[in-house]
Order: sequence, then structure tokens, then C-alpha cells
Amino acid sequence: MRRAAAAAEFDRRDASWWMDRIAQGCVFAGGISAIVFIVGILAFIATQGMEFAANRLSWTEFFGSIAWRPNGHPPQYGALALIAGTASITAVAMALVVPLSLGAAIYIGEFARGKTREWLKILIELLAAIPSVVWGVIGLNVMGPLMTDVFGVPSGLNLLNAGIILGLMAAPIMTTIAEDALKAVPDTYREAAEALGATKWQVVLRVVLPHARPGLSAAGLLGVGRAVGETIAVLMASGHAITVPESLFDSVRSLTATIASELGETAHGDDHYQALFVLGMLLFAITFAINLTADSIVRGIRRKKA
Amino acid sequence: MVTNTGPEATEPMLDVRGLTIRYGGSVALCDVTLEVKANEIFGIIGPANAGKTSFLRALNRMSDFVQGMEVKGSVRLAGRDIASVRNVYALRRSIGVVFPLPVGLPLSIYDNVALAPRMRGVKARAQLDEIVERCLRRAALWDEVKDRLRNLGSLLSGGQQQRLTIARALSQDPELLLLDEFSIAIDPVTTMRIEEVLKELRHEMTIVLVTNLVQQARRLADRTAFFLGSRCIEVANTEELFTGTVKDQRTRDYVEGRYG
Amino acid sequence: MSAPASSFRATDRELASLGRQRLVRSFLLFMTAMLVLPVLGILAVLIWQGGPGLSLEFFLDDPKKNMTAGGIFPALVGTVWLTAVALLLAFPLGVAAAIYLSEYAKDSLLTRTINVAIVNLAGVPSIVHALFGVGAFVHFMQFGQSILAASCTLAVMTLPVIIVAARESLQAVPQPFREACWSLGATRWQTIWRVVLPNSGSGILTGVILCISRAVGETAPIMFTGAVLYVPFTPEGVLDQTMALSLHLYNISTAVSNVPPGLPFSVALTLIGVVLLMNATAIAFRMRLRGRKKW
Repeated sequence: MRRAAAAAEFDRRDASWWMDRIAQGCVFAGGISAIVFIVGILAFIATQGMEFAANRLSWTEFFGSIAWRPNGHPPQYGALALIAGTASITAVAMALVVPLSLGAAIYIGEFARGKTREWLKILIELLAAIPSVVWGVIGLNVMGPLMTDVFGVPSGLNLLNAGIILGLMAAPIMTTIAEDALKAVPDTYREAAEALGATKWQVVLRVVLPHARPGLSAAGLLGVGRAVGETIAVLMASGHAITVPESLFDSVRSLTATIASELGETAHGDDHYQALFVLGMLLFAITFAINLTADSIVRGIRRKKA
Repeated sequence: MVTNTGPEATEPMLDVRGLTIRYGGSVALCDVTLEVKANEIFGIIGPANAGKTSFLRALNRMSDFVQGMEVKGSVRLAGRDIASVRNVYALRRSIGVVFPLPVGLPLSIYDNVALAPRMRGVKARAQLDEIVERCLRRAALWDEVKDRLRNLGSLLSGGQQQRLTIARALSQDPELLLLDEFSIAIDPVTTMRIEEVLKELRHEMTIVLVTNLVQQARRLADRTAFFLGSRCIEVANTEELFTGTVKDQRTRDYVEGRYG
Repeated sequence: MSAPASSFRATDRELASLGRQRLVRSFLLFMTAMLVLPVLGILAVLIWQGGPGLSLEFFLDDPKKNMTAGGIFPALVGTVWLTAVALLLAFPLGVAAAIYLSEYAKDSLLTRTINVAIVNLAGVPSIVHALFGVGAFVHFMQFGQSILAASCTLAVMTLPVIIVAARESLQAVPQPFREACWSLGATRWQTIWRVVLPNSGSGILTGVILCISRAVGETAPIMFTGAVLYVPFTPEGVLDQTMALSLHLYNISTAVSNVPPGLPFSVALTLIGVVLLMNATAIAFRMRLRGRKKW
């Protein structure tokens, strides 16, 4: 009696079965949303700037000229100075902060213990949480005047200022990823070296760092990605001069800052508007390549560990 | 114990033919064919990695949700090929499972036992109370937890969690109860109490009992299968298995404790 | 007897290397301090310069005299609007994505693609998000410059934060719980709803808090999509334009003239106060979570 009833039950798709199906559909839609958005970003930025890029933009001018005068007669769209601006700020930021981040990662990962470690990690996290515009205010209102006083330069808003700010902004992600990379080195390696009588620092230098190298380079790459893409802080701290910088105290302008400061002046669809989308496309391509590379490195490490 | 295998059940409760299970490349179970009659206690003994647990997992189609688990061959439950079942959840509702390592869900003790009835649609408080008490009593846990039914089930001791798992399986009111080395985490006294419960339950359901304790199979099972190296070596009436009329020397060696 | 004892005594060379180790350790600590001290330094400067300007009236007044005086009330309200709408959009999507990745996704090409997309979505520069917002939401979907367009942009931008946090907390629920639940005849969804989600709620909440903190602080994505320099009233619906705290700070720092020197610091202090409070809550949450045992 009971068995027959059960057997019939097995084929009846009840409310919970359908509920499960519906939930699965919804959740799947959420799952692919990330893909939809990244493709959407690519598509929108590409199409908004495409007509201009295909017909009226001279690529030799774009990559070869330092004259960015979208409002000139005739308008000029040379992005070289902007690219140089982004590159130089990023370079300064990295030069300043890569060693610090690495040092901090080694300290937090290998030397610090217990409460100290917890607190340092929290502070690094808070550093990452400071909004871009607050960094901008610090660059503009604190570092700028300070720089004029200390170095006696005409403008405190310059490459060095933006580099310092940007470096500090990129530091948390580099420190975190670098520390992860150090942590991924198996303890057995450390113990083996320590058993041979090596000091902690020798272990770090000879064993841990060489093994963590891919992860550390991923950390550096992600830092570069952050620095290239940062907008508001750079806009406020870097001066605003469209030049290829010759010294640390020259004012510069980055790709991101150019878009942020000029998009408001354009009319939807005009050449200037489209040119800014071409800059956006360039930024997207750069950061996409950087993130993809860094991610595949990190993923490779994780797979090896598993 | 062994006398109650009368022929009144024309169709076996479980009819397994050519069951082969793979995880990725490795074979966990190879070409197992056996029958389990209704209302019997069917024991499965064998050393670790013999495929006993995989066998149980195939019976309620857990393979659907486990990545890389591949099942070939047919399993018929009460004459019904489980692969053709359209609502696998209804199938699982009629099969109770008790895991070797106790899993008290991180819900209250009450909710642990009431979960299955609730999913089945039971809402009335009184009815739920009744089910919870009955199942906990049967699993010999009621007296220990009746004053703290609101506590987390996952924080009970191992032995208590195991009995909670049994109570939870009973709350499904299953046709088929699968027990996978249930006594691993329980003390001998509790084990004996649960064994008594199982003997009573056989009047209501069919029980497949995987055990690492040869003597437990002898105490409980009507018939017993011996698994070794992913294969079912032999199936026999338990008493025969233990009194020496085995077909395979390896079975005798295992039963007599020469390995395993 | 003396031979083994002396072998435990450090040689000069070993002592030197221990000394070097101490030196290295101090140097590394110094490098770490160089990174974390700015946080405290910035806080100190903001409190010192901006603290005196804070008062109840500052939070509850409209900006006055071309935004060189008065308070920040409309900007505060605007930020709440922008963040709330963004969260409303990003939360269900992000949690759904996390559930898919943690509970359903097999190790397939699609799953790997989703993960790559999440990583890259998090890495897209904020100004590129702004361009996307302008192209997709302001013009293509014709939301115009509005809270809706700005919040959509913020939602896309903060989506990875929620996904990653939620996925992590879902995956922290041990697999045997799921299998036990399935064996009771629960559907995947019943398992998720009754067992998995209740036990990862706090982790998801942490993600939400971080997402809010991120959305509150962002400037670039909203400056062309819906937030504006000045509106004399607080928004009444999602199609209104609004002021926002972050953009207000940007504007009084760069676009508005004759701003008293303390004002930007007061606004910055307010902004960073909100953001750090959020983050501190998230951190406290995480620690309490780690301390509590549920299985």
C-alpha cells in the first residue's frame, strides 16, 4: 500500500521542486551578471567612441603627439602627454611604494605575531578604505603647500605629490596580495631551512622570497593596475599641465584625470566626447590586461598549492 | 533473527544490478548486483575503501550533486528504476540516511528533527512536537535533550549528534533506512540501545546497515553482503556467513578477523 | 662534558647574524610603519583642521553663500539616496551570483569566465565605470542624469565586493551540512535557504557594509551620472538629481572659490568618518564571527 503511494510520489513535481527550478534560474542570472557587465562596459565604451575613432581620429597623432587640444582650431587629439603622465605618476608611485609594501608584507607575514599582526592588518585595511577624494584633499591642501615650503618649487601639485598619494592608495592591495603569496610558501620549506640553522631573515631571503616570486609580481601588477586607474586623487594632486614631465616637480595630467575633468564640458556624441571614450577604451585595455595577467598568476599559484 | 525472510514480498525492496561507481578516473564500486528484501535488515561488511559508502550514496542519487561521481548500472527501489524518477527529492524523502561522522545541522535540536516534516509540508505545531518527541525517544536521545531543544544541534557531543542524525532520519518516516557505520562515534551502551530500536523498526521499514563491526552485522542483519576491493564478494544469510558455509575464502578470513 | 656545552654557545658569527636579524626586523617594521602611519596622520590632520567646523548645524544646514558657508545636509541626504539605491540593486544580484558560484557552479569554462569577469570588474578604473554609466544608463537607458543612473553605475562598480564577500562566507559552510540536508530530501534551494544562508548571513552582511563604504566614498562614477554641484532641495525620487558628500568635497576643494580653509577638512572628516565607521563595523563583525563557534 505504502510502497505504491511512494512510487507515484516520485514523479510528482511538487511546489518545492518548481521553487528550486525558479531559484536556480534566478541565481544563474545573477551568476552571469558579472560577465554581462564586463562585456557591457567594453561594448558601450567601444561603440560610444567608435564612429570618431574610425573616421576622424589619426592614430599617429593620438599615439605620437603631445598636443591634446580638443577645443583648439583645429582640435588636436594627441594623447602622448597624457599617457606619459599616467606612466610617470605610476612609475613614481611604484618606485616609492613597492619596496615599502614588500617590506610590510614580509614584516606582517613572517615577523609580526598575534595582536601586532592583527592591528597592522586592520590599519592596512583602513588605508585601503580612505576614499579617493579624501586623498585628493590631502594632496591638494596638505601635501601641496608642504611641498612648496620644503622644496621651494612653484607648484606643489606635481608628479611627486601625485606619486606619493597614489603609492599610498595602491599599497594596501600590494601588501595584502604579497602577504598571501608569502603565506602560500609551505611551512615545510621554512622548517627545513631553519633546521639547518638559518636565521629567520636568511630563511625569508633565501627560501621564502624566491618561492613567492610569482605571487609578488602579481601583487606589483595589481598595484600598477590600481595606480593607472585611479582618478579623483590624481586629478586633484597632479597639477593639470599637459606635458611630458622632465622632473619630479613638474605638473602632469593622467588619462583618467583628463576624462574626469573634460567629460562635463562635452556634448553627448560630439568629437570631444567620443575622444574621451577612446581614452577610456585605452584605460580599459591596459587595466584589463594587467588584471588578467595578475589573476592568472594568482590562480596558477592556488592551483599548485591545491 | 534470520527466520523472518519469508517470501511474502514478491518484489525486492532494492534491486541493484551491475552497479559501477567512478570518481573521476578511479573506480569506487565495480559491477555490484544484489537484492534487499522488504522489511529485512541487510548488513554490508568489509574493510575500508571497499565501496560500501559509495554504494549507499548511489541509492539515493546523491551522485546527482557530487561533482565527478559517475554511476552506471540500475538501482530499482520498490520496483522503480531510480534513474527515471522525475522528482529526486521525493525519492530522497523516502530514504533515510545516517552518516558515519555525525552531522548535526547548525539548527536547534528541535529544528533538526522537524526539518524533514516541515519540508514535507507539516505545519501544525502539535504535530511537529509529536514527531520530534517520538523520533528523539526512538533514537534514545529524548531524555538527554528534552530540556534544551532550542540549543544548537551541531554543538552536541559526537554520540548525541549521531543519535540526533538517527532521529532526523526517522523523522522522514522512510521506507528505506541507510545506516553508514553509525556506531563509530557512540559508546557501547548507546549502540546497544539503538540496535534494539533498529530491531523494532524493521517491521516498518527496510534497513541497509553498513558496519565495520562484524559482530554488529551478526547481531542485527538477516542477510549480509561482504564487500572487498570495490566488489561484492558474496551475499548470504548472516548465520551461514558466520557459521562457516561461505563460498569465498576471503569472506571467512574477514569474518574471522584475519584482516580488515 | 665541556664539549657539548660549548656547542650551544653562539659563535661570534652567529651572534653577528642575530644582530643583523634584529636590524632587519626593525627596518621592516619601519617600512610597515611608513605605510600605516599615514592613516593615523591623515586622521589627525582632518580632526585637527576639520574638527572645529563640525556641529549639529553643520550636518543639518543647507550650504550657504555659494557653498562657502553653511552645512552639508543635502549632500548627506543625497549620499544616503545614492548608496541605498545602489545597494538595493547590487545586493540581490551580488548574493545571487555568490550563491550560483558557491552552490551550483561546476568547475567549467563558464565558471572560470565568471571569475575572470569578477576580477576584472573590480579592476576597471572608476572613471571607466563613469563612462559606462554615461553611455549605458544616462543615454542608452535614458535615465538622464539622475540618482537612478548614478546608483546603477555604483551598483555595477560595487558588485564584485558583495560577490566576493558573500561567496567566501557561503563556502565557509561545511559541505557535510549540505549533504545531510540533501539526504533528507531537501532541494538545493531548501538547503540554501534553511541551512546555508542562515549560517553565512553575518559574512554577507560584512560584504554589504564594505560595499556601502565603497559606494559612499566614490566620486568619479557619480559626477557625470547624477550627482551635481548644487541643488537647492533634497531629492524626492530616483529620477531627481542630487548632491553627494564625495562630490561636494571635490567641488568645494577645486571648483568653488573663497572657501574657508577649514571647510574641506570638515567635509572630508565627515566622509572619512562614515567610511571608517563602516569598515570598523565590518572588521568588528568579522572578529566576533571568528570567535563564535557554531559547529
